[in-house]
Amino acid sequence: MLNIKCPYCGDRSQKEFAYGGDGTITRPKLNQEISDEEWDNFVYLRKSPRGKHIELWHHIAGCRQWFKVERDTTTHEIFRTFKPEE
Amino acid sequence: MQKYSVFSLIKNAFSNHEKWDLAWKDPTPKKEYDVVIIGGGGHGLATAYYLAKEHQITNVAVIEKGWIGGGNIGRNTTIIRSNFMYDDNAKFNEFGMNLWRNMSQELNFNVMFSPRGIINLAHSDAQMNAYARRGNSMRLNGIDAVLLNREEVKKIIPMADFSEDVRYPIFGGLAQPSAGTARHDAVAWGYARQADSMGVDIIQNCEVTGFDIEAGKITGLRTSRGDIKSKKIGLCVAGSTNVLAEKLNMTLPIETHLLQACVSEPVKPVLDGVVTFGAGHFYISQSDKGEMVMGGDLDGYNSYAQKGNLPTIQHVLTGGVALFPFLSRLKMLRTWGGIMDMSMDGSPIIDKTHIDGLYLNCGWCYGGFKSVPSSGWTFAHTIAQDRVHELNEGFSLNRFSKGYLLDEKGLGTKTWIS
Repeated sequence: MLNIKCPYCGDRSQKEFAYGGDGTITRPKLNQEISDEEWDNFVYLRKSPRGKHIELWHHIAGCRQWFKVERDTTTHEIFRTFKPEE
Repeated sequence: MQKYSVFSLIKNAFSNHEKWDLAWKDPTPKKEYDVVIIGGGGHGLATAYYLAKEHQITNVAVIEKGWIGGGNIGRNTTIIRSNFMYDDNAKFNEFGMNLWRNMSQELNFNVMFSPRGIINLAHSDAQMNAYARRGNSMRLNGIDAVLLNREEVKKIIPMADFSEDVRYPIFGGLAQPSAGTARHDAVAWGYARQADSMGVDIIQNCEVTGFDIEAGKITGLRTSRGDIKSKKIGLCVAGSTNVLAEKLNMTLPIETHLLQACVSEPVKPVLDGVVTFGAGHFYISQSDKGEMVMGGDLDGYNSYAQKGNLPTIQHVLTGGVALFPFLSRLKMLRTWGGIMDMSMDGSPIIDKTHIDGLYLNCGWCYGGFKSVPSSGWTFAHTIAQDRVHELNEGFSLNRFSKGYLLDEKGLGTKTWIS
């Protein structure tokens, strides 16, 4: 069981959270031409590293805020959690 | 190679079974091979076997970081089926079904293929309609599909909860009677033994540390047991594809996730086929030893840990007990996990890459085991002929950027959407 520290609510059980995938992906800017390659990068391509991974989590059964987690994908050690804008 | 038969069994009984030949050698890597396959799992060993058998390419090495059969070929729930709706998936897997039927004879190794059937349960009229459509598509591709109503399902699995006031009442199901199970380890060992006998080098405890690429062409690879030259290299490392892709400066439409399974203590025969309860994130079969073999969905976050987390097992078994209440009385024997290549549309990738001589076989999601023979066969063709076979042309790497997704069930990495 993971224990995740929500930056808004503090330590909670994994059961309260939903996973949101890679947190380093940024959506191409709106209102301008987006090439197929940019769109492919944004929608499909992922590094999925072994080791440290910055990812999005959603405190869905709590404050319902999205935030970021830096976690080791092999040991599941969580190094830090932070607000998306940090 | 010594042929396995009842006579060789009797003969070896006289020497207390101490004089059996080794099933495969333990060679030191040569300096150069015609083809190197990275990954000594089911797919890699099958590819090496079909390279030797179908394409007479025997100067082949299979490089494995750990030991053969220690990855997902030894961690799956052994289900074999071809109940797919889309042509690309259906034809590919039905081709594989024919290879499964002959496998024990062909490999001279009893893989215990047992076509005991599979039922996907439906819980609403809409789902019954969707299954009727999928069954019709399967039949058009020559695959046996039978739409079962509630009473027909009840005859096959009378011990399921058929009450009407449950969250997911059973309306019926879609069956593929020719689907089944097999002994997973034997599949790896059978392919390994035959490939070895035709001259393939199976090199274990050998980790790939880097690749040599010159002017867009692959020329060799570096390993923990020395450099190896080869003009053709095939990647068959589902679960570690992203790790090797990083060494190749490639980014793939794949995330690596953890999938768990578990077995109960052995009990007397109660379930003679495979039952999937998609609404409850649960599927089950009974092994020949009597254990109930069960699994569900991903743990749900990127993971390279080959071991699972308890909440997912609890979730899977909650669904299991809802369908089969008798399961609550069983003790769990063990749980385990494997790491999966989850492709973004839920279908695999068997293709060439932008690097000349580098071939990719990955993205097997929940269904790598059943595809071992068809994947090996088509990947061997792709490598030997340097072009994809019509059976795997739908599994292209560029289908994502082109928009031709094979999103059979809308599965993929994003379990958190459903």
